[in-house]
Amino acid sequence: MDDYILEMRSITKTFPGVKALSDVSLAVRRGEVHAICGENGAGKSTLMKVLSGVYPAGTYEGEILLDGEVQKFGSIRDSEHQGVVIIHQELALVPYLSIAENIFLGNERKGRAGLIDWNKANADAAALLAEVGLAENPVTPVGTLGVGKQQLVEIAKAISKDVKLLILDEPTAALNDNDSAHLLDLLRRLRERGITSIIISHKLNEIVAIAQHTTIIRDGKTVETLDMAAPDVDTDRIIRGMVGRDLESYYPDRESHPGEEVLRVEDWTVKHPTQDRLVVDHAAFNVRAGEVIGIAGLMGAGRTELAMSIFGRSYGRYQEGRVFVHGREVKARSVAEAIDHGIAYATEDRKKYGLNLIEDIRRNVSAAALSKLATRGWVNGNEETKVAEDSRRDMNIKAPSVSSIVGKLSGGNQQKVVLSKWLFTDPDVLILDEPTRGIDVGAKYEIYTIINKLVAAGKAVIVISSELPELLGICDRIYTLSAGRITGEQPVREATQESLMKLMTKERELAA
Amino acid sequence: MTRTVGPQPGETETNQTPAEVADAQAQATKVGTSDIRELLTRNLRQSGIYVAFFVVVVLFAILTGGTSLSPGNITNIVLQYSYVLVLAIGMVIVIIAGHIDLSVGSVVALTGATSAVLVIRHGAPWWVGMLAAIAVGLAVGCWQGFWVAYVGIPAFIVTLAGMLIFRGLTLQVLDNISLSPFTPQYQKVSSGFLNGLLGGNGYDAFTLLIGALAVAGYAVSGFRTRVARIRYKQPVESFPLFVARVVVVAAVVMYFAWQLAHARGLPIVLIILGVLITVYGMITKRSVFGRQVYAIGGNLAAATLSGVKVKVVNFWIFVNMGFLAAVAGIIYSSRSNGAQPAAGQNFELDAIAAAFIGGAAVTGGVGTVAGAMVGGLLVAVLSNGMQLQGVDQSIQSVIKGLILLLAVAFDVYNKRRAGSSR
Repeated sequence: MDDYILEMRSITKTFPGVKALSDVSLAVRRGEVHAICGENGAGKSTLMKVLSGVYPAGTYEGEILLDGEVQKFGSIRDSEHQGVVIIHQELALVPYLSIAENIFLGNERKGRAGLIDWNKANADAAALLAEVGLAENPVTPVGTLGVGKQQLVEIAKAISKDVKLLILDEPTAALNDNDSAHLLDLLRRLRERGITSIIISHKLNEIVAIAQHTTIIRDGKTVETLDMAAPDVDTDRIIRGMVGRDLESYYPDRESHPGEEVLRVEDWTVKHPTQDRLVVDHAAFNVRAGEVIGIAGLMGAGRTELAMSIFGRSYGRYQEGRVFVHGREVKARSVAEAIDHGIAYATEDRKKYGLNLIEDIRRNVSAAALSKLATRGWVNGNEETKVAEDSRRDMNIKAPSVSSIVGKLSGGNQQKVVLSKWLFTDPDVLILDEPTRGIDVGAKYEIYTIINKLVAAGKAVIVISSELPELLGICDRIYTLSAGRITGEQPVREATQESLMKLMTKERELAA
Repeated sequence: MTRTVGPQPGETETNQTPAEVADAQAQATKVGTSDIRELLTRNLRQSGIYVAFFVVVVLFAILTGGTSLSPGNITNIVLQYSYVLVLAIGMVIVIIAGHIDLSVGSVVALTGATSAVLVIRHGAPWWVGMLAAIAVGLAVGCWQGFWVAYVGIPAFIVTLAGMLIFRGLTLQVLDNISLSPFTPQYQKVSSGFLNGLLGGNGYDAFTLLIGALAVAGYAVSGFRTRVARIRYKQPVESFPLFVARVVVVAAVVMYFAWQLAHARGLPIVLIILGVLITVYGMITKRSVFGRQVYAIGGNLAAATLSGVKVKVVNFWIFVNMGFLAAVAGIIYSSRSNGAQPAAGQNFELDAIAAAFIGGAAVTGGVGTVAGAMVGGLLVAVLSNGMQLQGVDQSIQSVIKGLILLLAVAFDVYNKRRAGSSR
């Protein structure tokens, strides 16, 4: 008989009007990495919140067994006490505190008289950092670390709490390939030490690489649990389970007919807002009507900075460079001017920079072009509703109505609202920064289809992405960026992941 | 898909099978009800305050044996709290944008003092004093708007400094002494009434006429909105419901007008207040400027990246607050018939309390002018009722504090509930 560390039996969780989980079961064997897959809104996060006590016992039906004993967690503290630690997608570290302070926050290393023994805390922290393979001084403020390293601090924090079952919600969503590989390596080492992990991820190749079992959830129900050692289990097999249908291809086909040049950028150079260094260094590229170009680069290469500085100088300090739209030089000094010149930029972090989460779909869709709906400063509310209704239909935004609050939509639907907002400005060039980050396979396919429709209508699209297969799947040409410089340009038929990666790391090797 | 709910004469669907029609209707009703439910949950913080207001009014009407609803007392409440309501209009806009203004009490004092010095000490005509007060208010607004919007200092600090600066300037302007009295024309702003213009037998017909006009305006604009929504195939309430809403509003307004007509007529202050509430209600709800205020408060970064000129909007928010503080300063100086160095103290707190009790969110992005008015009136009726009951000043203060705390706690609770429903 299998040795299960965790069994969740027939979990049903209802919110007013919605059944988020219905009869979901999950069994995790001791010492394995267990993956949970499902489209956004399928109920993965809700299940983990039930497990960790965010939703206390009594607010759901079903039972949770840890080491064969029924548990009734009333709060996160209860579950952590039993060695269940959850690391959320949004990291919960205090940026101004040091690594050691963060690791022992709420669990301080006390010495005599109840005071904190900093020597012990820092020494313990150093040992934990060595364990997770993070070469940083424990007194370093967490805010100065990159996302990948912060993730490792979170794991060190979990280990310090004698974790038995580690839950990671989308741990690699914001990481580049190197950091992701490092993190997966760490999970393997933890497994050897007897720590069981549950990992929620949209990156299916990672799941194939690391998980022993994968449970697939769809529409609040368990679909199946796959044994990853079985011969026919691969990413396609998982996708079939998640969407309930075969995806012909990840990327919809498109015929490419590039037309006139729409945007050309020359010698674009931008300084860091506070530090004296160039973040974008004489970058030059162009994009034509009906064309999708990709910008590939590792984290910190300056991709977002390049895009945002072109978009009305909303990042950094402009040094030099020229932007041409339809062959005419434009000087967009503010976002409003950039929008007027037909440039749109959909941010990589839609919750922080893209949407007003407390407002409804209607007001988010109109936000960037409110003046189009107004006469003499007064907004026509009915016209606004109509525009939002049209977007909801065209973009297939799944929401009860356009007065639904955007903060309550799933990631894929939020992204469609962001796209609707920018399309309503009627741009010539759309810059999409990580357009499919954190959204599920089905919604990704829809986003790609929307991009195809846009270029078919003669728009020029620039896609920034960390996922090379995505760029190879949807672009006509790909530029590579490294340390703020464009290091290469390849037509998609000549490009491979290897060739791009080589160009993306070019400058770094020279510098090293 | 047809999204109109309720009877739609002349819009029969001809080319559909009965089953399709039934299906479409079922769908339409479903959409309609879910919309209504959503509307209710969205407006819960607001409807909550209306219910609370109603309860307080009824409670004191019973406790005082009807005195609190007497014509004289209603007139009194309007006169006594009008300047707080004027301040609350500006304050709720400041709060929606995610700021705060602690200086309005001092600005009320400074604008009133400026006016008093000109009119009382130098014998300038009443309108020169008022224009000067408005000019000072606008200048104060520009000053604070500059620091908040263009230098980027948090409004809490800028207006805390402003509270000290403008109080000090008030003392300077007044040479540390009170000035009074104003000319009779000046006093009219706060204590004048429009009555007897049309005569009437024991009541003022003009007041009733204005009340009737207000009701008619409400009904006509409501009807036009309704027609426009139908044209855009938007869901509307059923016609009987619409009529019922108009009748209820008409009854309340006409009762209020009737009571005023039996007292001293229509206070000029009430007309000023009515115009301000209507205009600012429209600005916040329907103007591009108003919508940008909500966008900034809801998510500053997203608003910036959507092309909202955040600095310009923030600047004008404070200029507007300065303007309304000047209006309140004029009303207050007129009512107190002079200017005192200590005038307007704690007014900022009353205005802030009104906005928060009226459903504005501490984190910005949420709030309405109407809510702030009801919030202000709730405090007004409560204070007035307690005064009529002879409740001790100290107890009154405690109760007002508790009301504010409860209102914001209700808001936080609501938000947490909304947050956990996903």
